[in-house]
Amino acid sequence: MTGRGLVVVLPYLWLMLFFVVPFVIVLKISFSDIDLAIPPYKPLLEWVGKNSLAIKINFNNYAFLFTDHLYVNALLNSIKVAFISTVLCLFIGYPMAYGIARAKPKTRNILLLLVILPFWTSLLLRVYAWIGLLKGNGVINNVLLWLGLIHEPLTMLFTPFAMYIGIVYSYLPFFILPLYSNLEKMDWQLLEAAEDLGCRPWQAFYKITLPLSRNGILAGSMLVFIPAVGEFVIPALLGGPNALMIGRVLWDEFFSNRAWPVASAVAILLLILLVPFMMWYQSVQTRESAGAR
Amino acid sequence: MATPATAAVKAQPWKDPAARPYVQVDRVTKSFGEFKAVDDVSLKIYKGEIFCLLGASGCGKTTLLRMLGGFETPTSGKILIDGEDMTGVPPYERPVNMMFQSYALFPHMNVEQNVAFGLKQDRVPKAEIAERVATMLDLVKLSAFAKRKPHQLSGGQRQRVALARSLVKRPKLLLLDEPLGALDKKLREHTQFELIGIQDKLGVTFVVVTHDQEEAMTLASRIGVMNHGEIVQAGTPSEIYEFPSSKFVADFVGSVNMFEGKLIEDEPEYVRIASEELGGTIYVSHGISAPPEATVWAAVRPEKIFMSTAPPEGTDNVVRGAVQDIAYLGDLSIYLVKLPTGKVVRVTQPNTSRHAEAITWDQQVYLCWDATSPVVVTR
Repeated sequence: MTGRGLVVVLPYLWLMLFFVVPFVIVLKISFSDIDLAIPPYKPLLEWVGKNSLAIKINFNNYAFLFTDHLYVNALLNSIKVAFISTVLCLFIGYPMAYGIARAKPKTRNILLLLVILPFWTSLLLRVYAWIGLLKGNGVINNVLLWLGLIHEPLTMLFTPFAMYIGIVYSYLPFFILPLYSNLEKMDWQLLEAAEDLGCRPWQAFYKITLPLSRNGILAGSMLVFIPAVGEFVIPALLGGPNALMIGRVLWDEFFSNRAWPVASAVAILLLILLVPFMMWYQSVQTRESAGAR
Repeated sequence: MATPATAAVKAQPWKDPAARPYVQVDRVTKSFGEFKAVDDVSLKIYKGEIFCLLGASGCGKTTLLRMLGGFETPTSGKILIDGEDMTGVPPYERPVNMMFQSYALFPHMNVEQNVAFGLKQDRVPKAEIAERVATMLDLVKLSAFAKRKPHQLSGGQRQRVALARSLVKRPKLLLLDEPLGALDKKLREHTQFELIGIQDKLGVTFVVVTHDQEEAMTLASRIGVMNHGEIVQAGTPSEIYEFPSSKFVADFVGSVNMFEGKLIEDEPEYVRIASEELGGTIYVSHGISAPPEATVWAAVRPEKIFMSTAPPEGTDNVVRGAVQDIAYLGDLSIYLVKLPTGKVVRVTQPNTSRHAEAITWDQQVYLCWDATSPVVVTR
């Protein structure tokens, strides 16, 4: 095999091993019956008698997801939370990415480093740090009490507010980085041209910068939205027991109820739901790069 | 090259003290920290002119242009356009448009949308936008490309889109930053004349920034030569070329032979200069204003020097040398003649005959020039 062939094969091999194979396993489990055994499901294929192989495909797991409102609600809620988080990331991340892209090269590197810096600590630790900040006798409440702005501690932890803080905080870099790399390529003279032709600065931003950075916004949004839909750790730690997210449901089904087939069906459904978003994003990307901007 | 026959050139308003300047730059200085990019520049530009700011990179010409466009604010001084003080007015409120060096076409819009952009911004009625855009695209011969995106166009076409976009708003003043810089030589020459034609047709006043003196000579009604943030001389192309006011201008515009010397005879009708560099005397048939015995420079253009193998008459303006190098350019040849003093003189001669007896390397030749040819500068 040539070196070039090897280079092409490697990523495929990687995807086969770590994506396709696990996916097929999950898909298989989602069509099997629950069983009180280890592992807790019945095989799809069974030898019946000597020479006949029976395939038992069980659609009940999927049907079950639609009979109990819990799953649909959790799914819808996850999408809502992911969507709101993405919008928040857009409003917070765009000015940041824009500021970094327009900063002097020296400052730019420092700012980029600051964006990446949180990755040097584990996500779990950072989320726990937020607990310390947000809890009843946490840092924020104590400071506000000391300043005399409030007279009794605010309830922040285990609320949607805390959950959004956690998600936006954790995913913001994923929004900023692709957007920055897009904005960084922007020809700023276009803004001068727009102003020259009668645009006020904010109009120039709206008519030139924003449409030209669409790809960056899209990439950032996908990188936030897709993982945020399936997010488990942050809602569980910061959102409290009422944060009904699909990732949480999946966890419960899998570990608390040991209902592997149902959990797998949830996972497959989630995937099916996210595929259109990714395909749409892909097609936009291809179209844009074909028409070199 | 010939000067364009624009209305402004025929009228020569700059010679009329009563004429009202259209653009007035009044003692404008722009500093970036300690550095003065533009230093106390005053300038009057008249309606219908093509005024070229000519200078090497970093001479402040682009900064001056950007101040006219409103992209930079002068540190001190005033800029008036059509009698109105524009000093602090932002670009989007100026009756001025700019054609950027990079063209700065909006990549997400097609040609038509690019040209219509400024009109839409001004809320011009739709029907009028369509009409004016169509007229403008017709003028720059791009009607067939209206639906193309900028990246689907050639360099020359992009340049014309940029021109159409900046002209469609009918600005009082059009600023052009190295308008032909990105084009290859053939296209550049062609576009120069096209640009003059369009300017003449629309009567818009142009201010062009360029580092290319040939471009400036072709386009301009007047040229302002800039150096270190100052305008060192402003005048018509022929004034700049034939009557440079300083060594810098003589040297920057075209090529020149500069002979340093001392004024030995200073009469109202003539001067005589003794030049050690030349190894002879230079006789100039006009008076100059300089103290006697002053050090002056006589500048002689290469095409104004005659070269012969036989000794010419007289002793002034004659020198002997050996041909050191020849560059044959087709229409003319450049000879580098080394004088006994070591000074190398550049001479150009048109190749008028196909079978002229050729002057070759190392040949001894006589160089001479008319008494009217040298320009004497004192700085």
